[in-house]
Amino acid sequence: MATPADVLQDSDARRAGGAAGAVTLTLRIRRFNPEISQDSWWDEFTVEADPLDRLVEVLHQVKWYHDGTLSFRRSCAHGICGSDAMLINGRNALACKVLVDDVGPRVTIEPIRGLAVLKDLIVDMDPFLEGYRTVLPFLINDSGEPDKERLQSAEERARFDDTTKCILCAACTTSCPIFWGDEGYIGPAAIVNAHRFIFDSRDEGSRERLKILSEKTGVFRCRTTFNCTDACPRGIQVTKAIQEVKRSILFDRF
Amino acid sequence: MATTIERSTTSGDGAPRPPRDYTRGSERPVGGFELWMWLFMRISGIVLLVLALGHTLIMHLPSGGVDRVDFGFVATRWASPFWRSWDWMLLTLALIHGINGLRNITLDYVRKPGTRFAANMVFYVLGFTLFVLGTIIVVTFDPSNWPPVA
Repeated sequence: MATPADVLQDSDARRAGGAAGAVTLTLRIRRFNPEISQDSWWDEFTVEADPLDRLVEVLHQVKWYHDGTLSFRRSCAHGICGSDAMLINGRNALACKVLVDDVGPRVTIEPIRGLAVLKDLIVDMDPFLEGYRTVLPFLINDSGEPDKERLQSAEERARFDDTTKCILCAACTTSCPIFWGDEGYIGPAAIVNAHRFIFDSRDEGSRERLKILSEKTGVFRCRTTFNCTDACPRGIQVTKAIQEVKRSILFDRF
Repeated sequence: MATTIERSTTSGDGAPRPPRDYTRGSERPVGGFELWMWLFMRISGIVLLVLALGHTLIMHLPSGGVDRVDFGFVATRWASPFWRSWDWMLLTLALIHGINGLRNITLDYVRKPGTRFAANMVFYVLGFTLFVLGTIIVVTFDPSNWPPVA
């Protein structure tokens, strides 16, 4: 399986080798507009693109020169804001981190699954963010204000380093079959952000978070399908983080 | 002029809002039912692998297969408390494992709480009935109480 790092290395190698000229790209985009129809439909666009263009640039080309009604979210376009997660050729990814060269001459683009589609590629993120809020994703420390910083050793910091990378793009949660079936499940992204504080030595709210994650909507709904780990554009070992939370609930109670 | 961003300490109506206590208060346990069922599924899964595979190898595969299983076969087999215990554990673990699996499937796919409750109740009643019937047989079976087989 190609990790995001492999994909980047491949792209670098191609860039160094010099990819030749423009390619013709056929985009199949799942459209939805409740003001026109309650059903979704497919639109096809044929555009010229550089093999090293990112897919978000191709979507801009469609929106600016072919069909201005095409709607999608994007902000930074550099893989940090987490706005442009979409289902690209059947896999969740950020349109700004996928190159034309990576997806071939035919690309199918759909909105991420499991959340209500508002228009075209824009989904209602509220249930996703509700799950995120549930796990108290902020520092809880009642020991009083310290004089200076709350100090932490390099090892203590490394313990939760992986889960600090989350950008809340929802690629993991909307690739999870449990979340598709039941949006009451708080989902991998919320667990990742709980993990980030549970294993932070400065935080004192772990017990409360572990209680929340022990509930019927919590970590024990996870079936370890690894879809989330595959989908994460930041390379977070999502399933590993979920397993660490389960393990913590099982063993830290004794 | 620099803008000072202050943390809001009042609720909408201007009344002071007490700080929420996240670390104490609720008496919910860490873990609880979902943890124990999750753990049970893993342990019973491993035990069932031995019990069910052993059951298949002994009862179904040797020459004759299930055709040689008759009253006499069962009577001889169940003369030993070991095989009674084996079969009773297979019955109990498979029922709980299977019915918890069904409960999880209803959690995944049955969205209406009422329908989910009804479906789960059917599973629980069915499972409990099978468990009671099976247990009665395992505990009380005595070949001498049955009419002789021709």
